[in-house]
Amino acid sequence: MIKESELQAENAFDRETVGAGDYYLKVVKKGQTVRILDLEGNQAADTLFYNANDVSERYSATDTIREQGNLYLTAGSVLMSNECNPMLKIVADTCGRHDTVGGACATESNTVRYALEKKCMHACRDSWLLAIAENEELGLTKKDITHNINFFMNVPVTSDGKLTFADGISGAGKYVELEALMDVVVLISNCPQLNNPCNAYNPTPIEVLIWNESEVL
Amino acid sequence: MILYKDALPSGKHWSMRMRRGTSLRLIDKTGGANVGILFYNPENLLERYNAPDSLKCQHTFKLTQGHCLYSDMGRIFCAITDDSFGWHDTVSGNSNAALVEKKWGKRDYQTERNNWKQNGTDAFLVEAAKYGLNKQDLAANLNVFSKIEPDDEGALNYSAQQSKAGDFIELRFEMDTLVLLHTCPHPLNPSATYPEFEVEYQILQSAPVSDDDLCKNLCAENQRGYENNRLYHLGL
Repeated sequence: MIKESELQAENAFDRETVGAGDYYLKVVKKGQTVRILDLEGNQAADTLFYNANDVSERYSATDTIREQGNLYLTAGSVLMSNECNPMLKIVADTCGRHDTVGGACATESNTVRYALEKKCMHACRDSWLLAIAENEELGLTKKDITHNINFFMNVPVTSDGKLTFADGISGAGKYVELEALMDVVVLISNCPQLNNPCNAYNPTPIEVLIWNESEVL
Repeated sequence: MILYKDALPSGKHWSMRMRRGTSLRLIDKTGGANVGILFYNPENLLERYNAPDSLKCQHTFKLTQGHCLYSDMGRIFCAITDDSFGWHDTVSGNSNAALVEKKWGKRDYQTERNNWKQNGTDAFLVEAAKYGLNKQDLAANLNVFSKIEPDDEGALNYSAQQSKAGDFIELRFEMDTLVLLHTCPHPLNPSATYPEFEVEYQILQSAPVSDDDLCKNLCAENQRGYENNRLYHLGL
């Protein structure tokens, strides 16, 4: 569902551009709103969320899918934790559909999907592993690197049970915006994938903006 | 050749180490069964079943004969070598205590003893803890014998066509694997009462994987997955 935001970028208190192949790691407080902006189009923002006060509680794709009874994420979707608590709500979305079935690229999965010789190419799960290694105070380990959201990715599932990676439906300037329903750690890998035609083999930057609750009201 | 067989009623959990070269055959004895399953590498428990990788590399949403179940390290835990049902779920997750209480009533050992209304999450937590694993180690699980259909808009429905008495699936293990399983009801099962069923499981000696094996040759991705397994076992 397409829903535009009324928030103005100049009122965001935090803005960061994230290059392809880099990670983004920040805490967003309850009541704040975070926007992920696809600057050049058809980029994948592979995203994980954790309860900032207890990282063993985290985004759960299965609980989110089951509770909303739908595979795709868009405006109105509530992102559920592995404790079945609401973590964030998608409050605006100009893309219309985001994937949470397809997971993230890894060097090992690249060997299966593309070729064994691709094993040393940069991948999302390597970005996340570096992020948790460089931020040990969070207490995250490999067991916390799990089933993510692919913002801006289009992964249609058919009624006869097929799964396809279709051309993107995102474009330059499209965004998704989430209100935090608890304090959350936001961990994004801006996908470095060079082997997938869905980004025209050219991963590009995203921007992440955060607004205080006072701007939202 | 059947090496062992046993049966589990609904609402139970168990775990086992499956050896490479053996197969696990699950049989729905009553109809309407569900078996929640997770896989780990006993040599490195951080290597575990990865549903997104398994679906993505085989371009499938449903799991059935020919498909392989992958770890997050690009290796194949097991291959679905036989399946009479045709569509097993791996995106709906588990029931939990609150969900079961809301749908079917409170879990109550004092009154119901071992017929208590166990839920999938607690079942996995107990089995996982036996190996030093906790809730952070749980991932999207298999729900064998449960068909969850999407429509063109992504809306999910618990199919009217669920498994019948005698339906089976066989998993051929391609590496040593720790298997956690439970027979708690699928979280989307609309039954008015806590579902009751029985599942038989058989452990069999697998036939050797032939060059023209269906699972290995389902797609180029699976051929590469088998090559990763071959590399993992070099020198053995």
